[in-house]
Amino acid sequence: MTPTPLKFYQIGSFAVGNRLVTADERSNQSDPERTNALTSGHRACQGCGEALGARYALDMAMRATNDQIIAVNATGCLEVFSTPYPESSWRIAWLHSLFGNAPAVASGVAAALRAKGKTDIRVVGQGGDGASVDIGFGALSGMFERNDDVLYICYDNEAYMNTGVQRSGATPPAARTATTQAVGETPGNVFGQGKFLPRIAMAHEIPYVATASISDLRDLEAKVLRAMEFRGARYLHIFVPCPLGWGSASCDTIKIARLATQSGLFPLFEAVNGELITSTPIRKKVQVEEYLKLQGRYAHLFSPTRRDDVIANLQRIADRNIDRYNLMGAE
Amino acid sequence: MLKQVEGSRAVAEVVAACRPEVICAYPISPQTHIVEGLSQLVKNGDLLGCEFINVESEFSAMSVAIGASATGARTYTATASQGLLYMVEAVYNASGLGLPIVMTIANRAIGGPINIWNDHSDSMSQRDSGWIQLYAESNQEAVDLHVQAFRIAEEMSLPVMVCMDGFILTHAFEEIDIPTQDEVGAYLPTFRPRQVLDPGDPVSIGAMVGPEAFMEVKYMAHARMIESADHIARAAIDFKEAFGRDSGGLVRSYKIERAQTVVIALGSILGTLKDLIDQMQDEGISIGVVGITSFRPFPVNELRDALKNCKRVIVLEKAFQTGIGGIVTEDVDRSLRGLGVERSTLIAGLGGRPISTQSLRSYLVKAIDSGVEELTFLDLEIDTVESELARERNSR
Amino acid sequence: MERPFAITLGVGSSLANHTGSWRVEHPEYVHRMPPCNAACPAGENIQNWLYIAEDGSYEPAWQELIKENPFPAIMGRVCYHPCENVCNRGELDEAVGINSIERFLGDYAIEHGWRIPGPTSESGFKVLVVGAGPAGLSAAYHLRRSGHAVVIKDATHAPGGMMRYGIPKYRLPREILDAEIDRIAGMGVQFQLNTRVEDVHDEMDSFDAVFLAIGAQLSKRAYIPAGESAKILDAISVLSDVENGTPPSLGRRVVIYGGGNTAMDVARTAKRLGADEAIIVYRRTRDKAPANDVEVTEALEEGILIKWLSTVSNMDGEKLTVEKMELDERGFPQPTGEFEDLEADSLILALGQEVDFSLLGNSADLDVTNGTIAVDRAMMTSHPGIFAGGDMVFADRTVTTSIGHGKKAARNIDAWLRGSDFKSSEEKVPVTIDELNTWYYTDAPHVISEKLEAARRVQDFSEIVKGLDESTALYEARRCMSCGNCFECDNCFGVCPDNAIKRLGPGLGYEIDLDYCKGCGICVSECPASALQMFPDA
Repeated sequence: MTPTPLKFYQIGSFAVGNRLVTADERSNQSDPERTNALTSGHRACQGCGEALGARYALDMAMRATNDQIIAVNATGCLEVFSTPYPESSWRIAWLHSLFGNAPAVASGVAAALRAKGKTDIRVVGQGGDGASVDIGFGALSGMFERNDDVLYICYDNEAYMNTGVQRSGATPPAARTATTQAVGETPGNVFGQGKFLPRIAMAHEIPYVATASISDLRDLEAKVLRAMEFRGARYLHIFVPCPLGWGSASCDTIKIARLATQSGLFPLFEAVNGELITSTPIRKKVQVEEYLKLQGRYAHLFSPTRRDDVIANLQRIADRNIDRYNLMGAE
Repeated sequence: MLKQVEGSRAVAEVVAACRPEVICAYPISPQTHIVEGLSQLVKNGDLLGCEFINVESEFSAMSVAIGASATGARTYTATASQGLLYMVEAVYNASGLGLPIVMTIANRAIGGPINIWNDHSDSMSQRDSGWIQLYAESNQEAVDLHVQAFRIAEEMSLPVMVCMDGFILTHAFEEIDIPTQDEVGAYLPTFRPRQVLDPGDPVSIGAMVGPEAFMEVKYMAHARMIESADHIARAAIDFKEAFGRDSGGLVRSYKIERAQTVVIALGSILGTLKDLIDQMQDEGISIGVVGITSFRPFPVNELRDALKNCKRVIVLEKAFQTGIGGIVTEDVDRSLRGLGVERSTLIAGLGGRPISTQSLRSYLVKAIDSGVEELTFLDLEIDTVESELARERNSR
Repeated sequence: MERPFAITLGVGSSLANHTGSWRVEHPEYVHRMPPCNAACPAGENIQNWLYIAEDGSYEPAWQELIKENPFPAIMGRVCYHPCENVCNRGELDEAVGINSIERFLGDYAIEHGWRIPGPTSESGFKVLVVGAGPAGLSAAYHLRRSGHAVVIKDATHAPGGMMRYGIPKYRLPREILDAEIDRIAGMGVQFQLNTRVEDVHDEMDSFDAVFLAIGAQLSKRAYIPAGESAKILDAISVLSDVENGTPPSLGRRVVIYGGGNTAMDVARTAKRLGADEAIIVYRRTRDKAPANDVEVTEALEEGILIKWLSTVSNMDGEKLTVEKMELDERGFPQPTGEFEDLEADSLILALGQEVDFSLLGNSADLDVTNGTIAVDRAMMTSHPGIFAGGDMVFADRTVTTSIGHGKKAARNIDAWLRGSDFKSSEEKVPVTIDELNTWYYTDAPHVISEKLEAARRVQDFSEIVKGLDESTALYEARRCMSCGNCFECDNCFGVCPDNAIKRLGPGLGYEIDLDYCKGCGICVSECPASALQMFPDA
């Protein structure tokens, strides 16, 4: 009998930290002195994935740069909940201009720093999926092709949440939004539409493209760190569930993000100069149904009648990702 | 340094002399020669410490400018027409954030129908954007206004548009005195931004401001704009002292002493008008000209002062408000309030329509002799218009 | 730097906005019952001593362990570790090798000569413990820790009871047994060996309380028609004789009758005494046998044959006749009338033991029912001041259960002597695997995994395979998932979208910052150990 492979919790952990491992083996988030780039008192909803993703990413970016960062933020939830006059939750130099121009503003910041010879200060652009895949797409593409020294982070919650949950180009098929309602013959967002920005970013052959999820902090932090090792345009696409928009329990935010990666619906990978170099293997494979059923935006797939056909189509998307990105870690 | 150059090239060289740190642009006629010139200067190493960013749209051009300016860089861009409209959202944002960006507008009509020739409808559309707008009468003034614009912008933490007529100025070759970098350096202080993105002293710029403070923010922008008038005037005085030339300022009068009729205009048409007025005065007609250099802030009092003794004012505009009439007119009326001065408006030169001295003269003579309608479109093909309108009405 | 009005804000100024006011419920750190602790007959706080051992703090871990059980080295060898059977880790891969870590800690303590100091103050009370088996020793230990003068009387010449006379050496080396008992003697417990208590009532004048723990020493007999020459022995005597150095001669072929742990032990002992063949005959099936599965497995691995569903019907000389049985619909064995003959030089009966109640004297003040002495919840018999435990009372007859009885009795005796009530902690529902967030477990390094695998399978008889060593014990301990109790993984601290959890420093845990906690509950969902729970705000 081959012995069951033993598993450890308390070393080499996927947890945030652990008293038993040395400081450098812990995540940046476990550091009691972490910078909290986005600090308490912000007005994000309970269980907001984006607030978490932003702190994870920016804290790590701060650590990687010895706090020498400037962030440019697109209009959206992250901007609105962090900086309503008279209070700001940011602890970094931060600029908000418009909805569709964050990548270009970030390019401008980078250009100014270059002109001033302050290239030790690094620039992070950030926005939601609407700002990134839709309205700011042209500016982002421009920033990519010029290879401006900017790390652009898209916090993807798959719809326009700030305006009340309308469909974006990142809204997945079958998902209910306020503009793809669960009515008619094909309820929710239609199949065959939408775009996956990381692949488009890769097509620009920029130095670094990666996807990350708030459910895998270590992976996320490693990618931010890696991104900061490059000069030039870099793109990080972070999956951040939205309890309000997705109709999920606030306590399930990370769980849902985990199910997205473990089902294959949201692949985690890295690409350098346009070439896929690593993918994070699925550790506990689940069917997409496990992911879907926790979310009100997919409730119409389960009642009043169960839509096995639609669920199967979504499963196919996950399976295709598993294949395409080698998510089961096959040799 | 005196040079026989194209207006655009002269602007490029003077902008370079102002030592901008970030220049970004998206090409659009008739602005192209300006940015081509700058790109060459940067690429050639004539402008060290300056980044030239080729962006993918005017929206990004202004956005890059916003980012650069907020990082404390002296920032320049240029556009025209559709390009200006495409960046409008960012234009308002730049002024709202108080970023002292200088932007050349190579004035051009707005489509549709698409038209690449000169009028003022592009910059006039940005009347309320919170930018200072300075209009150049000549290429020499265009050059000089850029030097002053950086100073005014940075003093006031307000962005400035320097408007010069597309093609008429941008593509005209003439002898221009282009200030050197050293000369500019003596006039234009080092940029000390009011606020800057600095990890060593971080702030959050661009907050969401609700009903509780929005009105105050907007009032302050209004007050700041009004206060900038003094700085514009001062900049011109200091400029004359430094360079020996009259350039810029709020308004500039030409032979208005004892003139019963005064024509008001902006931009290059002022040259044509001055020649005509010289002729008419020689003929004994009591007429003068006032050029408005600063359209925003609008010099209400200075203009009133200039016009207080005349009987008749004619506002010549290269843009208009569809369905009502002149744009500058409204502001002129504010200056004339209570003075009992007669005012009429002449819309001319739309989409590059030549403004002939002969037509102008006919109009002015008629205005003085028998009076004109409140609103006139110069050289309008009235027959065509009437018949086409009739056809439309019939088919409606 | 000048900050333009309203559009530019000072960093971190949102701290003025106390989002805690949004909350309707809040998380709290809880201490829940880990299944291992719940299942431990000795009431050990296993999760806690594992937690302490995880960073190599072996002495503090041992100290924590012996708060409940003074015999970790013994336990690590003879306990059937019900804790491991219920370990939630078993649902993931394999249970934590609690028993092997316990053995490691016990051996480590012996090796390092760690002692247990006597009490800092004497209570003035004097307690008699009758029987130096696991229950009696455990009671003596705990009573002594509480400051009482303790005397143990035992009829045999060496303390240990069934640990010495029932459990073979190959499972429990005597130097280990002696070392852990010596430590108790070192605390000031007086041992009076070779001393049989004839009537407990006679002792009541000299002692303030008595704990009876003489065990069940009388072997049960079964009627087996047998010829004159048939050699039939009982298991307890065999094991006892082996211990006393006078092993009986059993011959080449030995049959053992019975399905309990003693049957397994005696069969394995017979093998060690030179029998070529040891056959266990048991009337029911393996899953119905009272013997612990580990013992059965080990016996089988050692080459012992077991005839399930069989009874011994007679023995004549070297011929033993066995009848096959079958289970009826209620699961009881019924004779089939099918017989089989076996060659046997001796037959050892291991059919269970009974209590020798002679020390209760003739007084009727002590209730005996169904072969056990009746005790109340405080382990006290119907006679005030006389307590009883171990195999004498109705319970599982294992060493660990007896040790648990000793502790429980000691705590109740202490309370009774001091005129108070001993309140055991309230029953808590053990944490189940579904309540844990197992995502966070990661694969062990292979080298360590193999090493642990080997060490955990301590199945040899002469202790050839050693237990965990200093480094591997650490790793095995770290496999503990800390069910229901915080182990400072920082997850809550990391996953809070509102930074509303403060890390207080190593060993101090965390604190919820209610000024900012919005009550989303992510910390609860993502706690791997289920050590956080939501509670409604008042």
